[in-house]
Amino acid sequence: MDMNQYLDIFVEESREHLQSLNSSLLELEKDPSDKGVLNEIFRVAHTLKGMSGTMGFTRMQRLTHHMEDVLDALRNDRLSADSNIVDILFKCLDALENYVNTVYSTGGEGTSEYREIVDSLADILKKSGIPAKAAKASAKKPKEKPVKEKESAVVKTEEAASSAKELVEFNQYDINIMKKAFEAQMNVFQIHVEFDKGCLLKSARAFIVFQVLERNSDIIKSVPSVQDIEDEKFDFEFTVVVITNNDKELFEQEINSVAEVVGVHVTPITPEMLGISPEELQVRDEKTEGQGASEAEEAGGAQAAQEQKKAHRTGKTVRVDIDRLDVLMNLVSELIIIKNGLENQMNAKDYSAWSESIEYLERVTTNLHDAVMKVRMVPVEAVFNRFPRMIRDIARELGKDIELKMSGVDTELDRTVIDEIGDPLIHILRNCADHGIEPREERAKLNKPPMGSIYLRAYQDGNNVVIEVEDDGRGIDIAKTRKRIIEMGLESPEIVNSLSEKEVIDYLFRPNFSTADKITGLSGRGVGMDVVKTKIEALGGTVEVETKSGVGTKFIIRLPLTLAIIQALLVRIGSEKYALPLSSIREIDNIKFEDVKMVRNREVVILREMVIPLVRLNEVLDVKDAVPDEKKKHLTVVIVKKGDKLTAFSVDSLIGQQEIVIKSLGRIMQGVKYIAGATILGDGNVALIVDSNSLAL
Amino acid sequence: MAKQVSVSENKQYVVFQIADQEFGVDIHKVSIIEKFMNITRVPSTPDYIKGVVNLRGEIIPVMDLRTKFGLPYKDADDDTRIIMLKFNDVTLGVIVDSVAEVVSFAEEEMESVTTITNDRTLDYVVGIGKVDNRLITVLNIEKLITELTEREQGV
Repeated sequence: MDMNQYLDIFVEESREHLQSLNSSLLELEKDPSDKGVLNEIFRVAHTLKGMSGTMGFTRMQRLTHHMEDVLDALRNDRLSADSNIVDILFKCLDALENYVNTVYSTGGEGTSEYREIVDSLADILKKSGIPAKAAKASAKKPKEKPVKEKESAVVKTEEAASSAKELVEFNQYDINIMKKAFEAQMNVFQIHVEFDKGCLLKSARAFIVFQVLERNSDIIKSVPSVQDIEDEKFDFEFTVVVITNNDKELFEQEINSVAEVVGVHVTPITPEMLGISPEELQVRDEKTEGQGASEAEEAGGAQAAQEQKKAHRTGKTVRVDIDRLDVLMNLVSELIIIKNGLENQMNAKDYSAWSESIEYLERVTTNLHDAVMKVRMVPVEAVFNRFPRMIRDIARELGKDIELKMSGVDTELDRTVIDEIGDPLIHILRNCADHGIEPREERAKLNKPPMGSIYLRAYQDGNNVVIEVEDDGRGIDIAKTRKRIIEMGLESPEIVNSLSEKEVIDYLFRPNFSTADKITGLSGRGVGMDVVKTKIEALGGTVEVETKSGVGTKFIIRLPLTLAIIQALLVRIGSEKYALPLSSIREIDNIKFEDVKMVRNREVVILREMVIPLVRLNEVLDVKDAVPDEKKKHLTVVIVKKGDKLTAFSVDSLIGQQEIVIKSLGRIMQGVKYIAGATILGDGNVALIVDSNSLAL
Repeated sequence: MAKQVSVSENKQYVVFQIADQEFGVDIHKVSIIEKFMNITRVPSTPDYIKGVVNLRGEIIPVMDLRTKFGLPYKDADDDTRIIMLKFNDVTLGVIVDSVAEVVSFAEEEMESVTTITNDRTLDYVVGIGKVDNRLITVLNIEKLITELTEREQGV
């Protein structure tokens, strides 16, 4: 049966379960005797087993089944959760995550068997002398799902049993599956079912028969197809081929007991009937288990690659609280009311009511905008929840004791930001764990608690969301950083020594800059912090660092709440209109021309005794019809702040402040210099948004 | 039209004029034809990119085919149209002098062009279709659009 439509749900739900498995395992590690957590883990494993089974992901099902055995033993105190067991359970979790990711990208579970994990699970049970329930199940070879394969040779074999119809046509795939079944010494039956000619609900009857069959066997083929049978596109009979451990009689009995079935013919299929010689099977049998597995995996690789091509990709989704949708619904109905009102008022030429309605409309659109934005909001939990596990693994690898303390996980951010913020945070957290937190001995010497702490906090601050990462480690060594700057030949020693602490820290965000003495698997390669900064700035955010030697380091990331709509200042340059993001503007001034000076061949303006570099927007934006200086009484400049530095942008005149919707310029215009995007003005024309970040000096 | 065997074998082309030449584009690549509208200039782009327009809330780049093909500049008038072409999810507007009609002819009736001349327009020509003694130059939209997207990615 076609399961594609359920794939999305499967992936979504599995991820949720895996996430809760993740956090439960972390809790279990802290307190191995907690029965509540164990029960929770067992429940999740069980649910996953059921779900993967329903979807036909047999490998995943098998793994969860083995997990269940171990978890059951843990639950019943026949085993105790030592670090070895928890480690293996974490490995299981990773394997399951891989399965789900493969399902997400290809629509199939892939071919990885994770034999060593399954073996180590079995080992645990064996060592403690608990009989593994799964052992039998594992002996049964996983059912290979038949995948497309139309070109394969069609084999027809003559009729065998007198009572049954001819054998149905098999393709190479079916034959391969049956071959495997023969090797596993399972029975293959062709079952022909006939219904009473007066049967009204034949597809319903067929459904019951299928249920009986599915309970006792694996259906590998059906003629006509299951879809056709579901759609009642068959006469009063159909034929299926099943693989089973049960015998013929059971099927005859069970199917006959379904109402309106008038005939059941079960024909055993033998290798000979398919033209498979016994030798052929023998040869395969002789192969050792291990070899067979690796071969199967290899063969599977090609198949996986093929599957990748057809790639069923699930879309990006946001889970939305139903209340939020109700708000949207209400607002839309209000819009309709306003529209009707406007129509009436226009007919009645009632202009005072008309302007009232417009005001009402404005209120509703503002609310609507708010509501839509809220729909796009996702709690930061979605990114944060993978970090405890990550820190645990890093701490293990480095042999440090580190605890991650998170707060404000329900702070919400736009979905697009959420998707992008993960990597930069990982970089920072790794840095904290690797460079920040000292090794145990060093901490003991410094009289610090042996357990290092990393705090991850999120909170909303006005129109921004702030994410702080703080550690109680050794802090950034400013002196060492200064030395590195000189060593790397970035600045001369005199300049470096005159740099403020803050300026020195800025070098950490330069590409290829690293202060690590040794390169570890985690960090020290000098790639990272520059990427962090670029990424956060691309999201319209900022990063700051506060550090105190011996006490710790704090990274403060500020992100805009939403990206799509911003406050902007509209300006005119010549006949063209441009928008400048208001968030970066510090002030607007009219400068007298005598305060425009040349310093080192660059134009600057002097404002309250500050010297600010001047950028003439009409020149960088290549505006042909800008008003020349001679025709102006003074120079209107917009002072833009980038970091602590100011830049003055000259404009012809100001139009005003406006809330604008940012639109992308599309693939053709992407990456145009000095332009961050476009917006549509009230008159329907397009105005470009000046990228003040790249223009500021 | 009488000699045409059946419509299904023919492909349909939107025919437009630029500087008294007739051009055609595959009708499946045309998403909509708009009257000339206000174009916002975008700095530091090639001269044949006239800027961007607002097409029902979407920002679409617009190219002037006259400039692109090295033909003399002409002010927009009532006949000027912007044909919105779509390929690979990228929409591009092209400014043309006027849009005439839709014609159909079979691919066999299209003559390929040799690129021995230096005519820049020929880079973007699929072939020349002949309909009732008219010569219609069929443009290669894929190339026109792909070239633009690749240019930006290359920068």
